[in-house]
Amino acid sequence: MVRRSGKSDNGTGSEGVRVPEARVIPLRADETGGRTRWRLGEGRDRGNRSGGPARGGTEARETGREGTRPRRPAPAPPRPRPPLEADQVGTEGGAVPPVAAVPDPEPPAWEAGLEEVLRFLRRRLSGDYTVDEFGYDADLADSVLAPALRPLYERWFRVETIGLQHVPDTGGALVVANHSGTLPLDALMTIQALHDEHPAARRLRLLGADLMFRLPLVGELARKNGATLACNADAERLMSSGELVGVFPEGFKGIGKPFKDRYKLQRFGRGGFVSAALRTGVPIIPCSIVGAEETYPKIGDIAPLARLLGAPYFPITPTFPLLGPLGLVPLPSKWYIEFGEPISLDAYTPADAEDPMLVFNLTDQVRETIQHTLYRLLSQRRNVFLG
Amino acid sequence: MTRTGSPHDADRGSGGAAPSVVLVTGVSRFLGGNLAARLAANPAIERVLGVDTVPPSREMLRRMGRAEFVRADIRNPLIAKVISGAGVDTVVHAALSAGPGSSGGRTAMKEMNVIGTMQLLAACQKSERVRRVVLKSTTAVYGSGSRDPALFDESMTPKDLPSGGYAKDAAEIEGYLRGFARRRPDVTTTVLRFCNYVGPRIETVLTRYFALPVVPTILGFDPRLQFLHEEDALAVLERAAVEEHPGVYNVAADGVLMLSQAVRRAGRVQVAVPAPLVGPVGRFLRGARVVDYSPEQMRFLNFGRVVDTTRLKERFGFHPRWTTVQAFDDYVRGRALRPVLGAERIEAAERAVLQAARMLH
Repeated sequence: MVRRSGKSDNGTGSEGVRVPEARVIPLRADETGGRTRWRLGEGRDRGNRSGGPARGGTEARETGREGTRPRRPAPAPPRPRPPLEADQVGTEGGAVPPVAAVPDPEPPAWEAGLEEVLRFLRRRLSGDYTVDEFGYDADLADSVLAPALRPLYERWFRVETIGLQHVPDTGGALVVANHSGTLPLDALMTIQALHDEHPAARRLRLLGADLMFRLPLVGELARKNGATLACNADAERLMSSGELVGVFPEGFKGIGKPFKDRYKLQRFGRGGFVSAALRTGVPIIPCSIVGAEETYPKIGDIAPLARLLGAPYFPITPTFPLLGPLGLVPLPSKWYIEFGEPISLDAYTPADAEDPMLVFNLTDQVRETIQHTLYRLLSQRRNVFLG
Repeated sequence: MTRTGSPHDADRGSGGAAPSVVLVTGVSRFLGGNLAARLAANPAIERVLGVDTVPPSREMLRRMGRAEFVRADIRNPLIAKVISGAGVDTVVHAALSAGPGSSGGRTAMKEMNVIGTMQLLAACQKSERVRRVVLKSTTAVYGSGSRDPALFDESMTPKDLPSGGYAKDAAEIEGYLRGFARRRPDVTTTVLRFCNYVGPRIETVLTRYFALPVVPTILGFDPRLQFLHEEDALAVLERAAVEEHPGVYNVAADGVLMLSQAVRRAGRVQVAVPAPLVGPVGRFLRGARVVDYSPEQMRFLNFGRVVDTTRLKERFGFHPRWTTVQAFDDYVRGRALRPVLGAERIEAAERAVLQAARMLH
């Protein structure tokens, strides 16, 4: 098995122990390697994370891969979920204090990891988890979706967050961000940023277009990942129950704009998000995302095909549809997500939501803030891919 | 208000004297029959009349005790004679039927639902003694779709009116009741919009659906479901019959279950059918008289529906005793559904995997 080869590699490091035990030690050292890597991944603050890639480069990737492979054949009888397993092990490993490479009678770490995976699978198979009224499945989101996106977040886009202190630890708030990139990766990355890096590990509840909920699988996963329909009823219900709500007021106009218009904010809807915030009295946090525009540069649009598929656009990017499914791989641009200073709405009353002038002014203020932050971030960026 | 459930604390409820003569429609079915039985057990009520086109089962009749069964068709003007003759002051219309299979086809079902209600309300309007009308409606009136908010409250209307079936009937019936309330402002009208019932005894489209060994679902869609325990449904109906609760109320238990989760909790095997194939599969199951899939039922299986019950809790003062999950588990236990994939088997598999892994190392 793969495990064996790994053992012989590392086994040279530890010496002078009896044969049967020597078979155990490298294993453990192996696991601690995996563990350290995952603690880095879990790290809440930037300092911790930026230290990660330097030492984690090839070694971490190797251990990660090794962590996955031997486990794959094991949980075959219950439905296997390959991407989760490694991550499950990882998160579990993060909780256990690192052990020195001394042989002890306790079961090795991989066993605890495997048990955790099996516990998760049992929970899923017996339906023993809770889903909130909006369909948000915290168990699935934390154990499968977040770990699955983490490599994309950390290694592919190398997302850097700025101004996380502007996002409150508790209570409702409305994060308003620019939308771009043909596919809504920016939404997923913003969720990941707040979940992985915010000290309170906040869960961003996104408001999505109805088209998303009509699509099979996409709609299902979006709901399970905490999204709900962008309508005042849902937005206000979430915000007044103290949730952090995320919205992309540009909608399809923003995400589907041609590459030549990159980082030019489109119209901010009809300001529905401002009136929802006014009615619930939560602050608005402007959020500017740089890097998402370059993931899938949309250089063309096949409108008739889009109409046929009922989609808002059918994008042509330098790689799609030219390279087929390979064209779906996003370009590895370097991302920055900046959370701006919250715009407090304490001075207003819920009745002010009926004042269109005020709503328009506030919408403009949010839009201008995001636009200027984008320009500033862009001027500081030297290279699209290196940052 | 205190938590409810026991039938007798109802008389002390908010305002309104207990009714003396109650008429319940649809007593041959679970909710109507058991409601009549509960009301008959209440000594404050003088007389309980149960109406239906078919007589209730022997067991139901026994349970109904002193309630009297009147075999009458509410579509027939004769119902007016029953109401005025007996001096009925409270009418609980619980006859709204959801499944065309059980009521002999869609046309018959629609006739029974819509024409029956019109006739019943006409009779109520004529009678001077009627003080209170309670309508058992459904949350299906909100429809089900991708453009719907996550939770419906009573003030919301569906994005597009239900095009047919049960939901359309219910929406029309509610309209007739509103018309009736305008013409007879002295009568209190209560509309209870129930979500799907589950429980050990009740028979509905969904209870039959989850009893299938292999449960077909729509590929890529996992609707949110909300259930109400049959006992809670009866308790709400009973309180609405004996207390004054004007208005429209959503009635559902707390919490939600995803369809996939419910299937797993019932120990069934889920088979996801791609949307284009759903029609043929549904027709086959309908033909085989297993489950009745109407188009609205299919939409429901696509998107689900969850309602806000704040008004029920705060204004009506009713807190369901079972949560959605508890109600569903009670149904699974009560039906003694033998899990195809049981907890023991999962645990055994788990142990086996661990053993195997230990052996390998």
